[in-house]
Amino acid sequence: MDRKPMANTSATSRLRVSEHEGITRVEFVDRNILDEANIQQIGAEISRIVDSKTQPKILISFDNVDHLSSAALGTLITINNRVRSKDGQLRLANIDPQIYEVFIITKLNKLFQIHQTTQQALASFS
Amino acid sequence: MTSAHSSSESFSGCFELHNRPEDIQRAERSVLSAIEQLEYDRASVFAIRLALEEALNNAFKHGNKGDPAKQVRLHCRVDPKAVVIEIEDEGDGFDPHSVPDPTEQENVEIPSGRGLTLMRAFMTEVVISPPGNRVHMKYVRPG
Repeated sequence: MDRKPMANTSATSRLRVSEHEGITRVEFVDRNILDEANIQQIGAEISRIVDSKTQPKILISFDNVDHLSSAALGTLITINNRVRSKDGQLRLANIDPQIYEVFIITKLNKLFQIHQTTQQALASFS
Repeated sequence: MTSAHSSSESFSGCFELHNRPEDIQRAERSVLSAIEQLEYDRASVFAIRLALEEALNNAFKHGNKGDPAKQVRLHCRVDPKAVVIEIEDEGDGFDPHSVPDPTEQENVEIPSGRGLTLMRAFMTEVVISPPGNRVHMKYVRPG
C-alpha cells in the first residue's frame, strides 16, 4: 500500500505517522510503552494530530509493541474521548496477544474498536 | 542496589530507589534477568514485568506523590518455583478498597486507576499492608 509520511514526523517523535485516503495511521517507535515521559509525549503528539482534523480517522497500530502500562491505556482513553468529541473514528490493530489480554482484563476491548490486522482496521472506517 | 545474592537456583535483591528512570530500569533489569535465567516462560516474564512496573509507578506517583527526596524500597526473591516482590514507599498509604473498580461501566472511560487491577490479574497474590504503603506480590510458576 502506498502511504505518505506526514510532515510532523520528526527525528525526536515517538511515533511514525502516515496518511492514506484520509486515514491517519500511527505506529510507535518504542517496543515498550512504559516510561511516563514517553507516554505523555505520545499522548501530546496524537492529540495534535486529532486536533488538526475536522473528523479524524485514526488507526493506531501496535506492530512491534511488546509491553504497555496502565498509563498508556489511560492515554488511549483520553485520545478516544478526543476523537469522539470531534465526531471522528479511532481503530486499534496488530495488538500482541499478551497485550490484548490487558485490554480484556480492563474491559477496554469493549470500549475500543480493535482489529487483528491493519487491513481489517482500514476497511472498518466509514 | 543495597544488597543482592544470587546462585544458579535463586536470586534475592534489595534496592533503595529514587525516582530516576535509569535507577529504576537497572533494578527492573536485575529482577527480570534473574527470572529469565531461571527460564520462566514469556508469559510469566510479561506478567511479572507488568506488575512490577505498575507497583513501582504507583509507589513513586501516588505513594511518594512525586517527591524527589523520598525513596521506594524494592525487595525481590526469585527461585525456580516463585517470584516474590515487595515494594514500600514513604507515603501515607491508601485504602485499597477505596479504589473504584475500573471495569465497572461508569468507570471504564476514566483514564486512570487500572494499575492495581492489572497487578491482581497477572500475579498469583497481591497483598497491601496497612497503612497501604507496602505491597507484597507473589507469582507462582505455572505447572
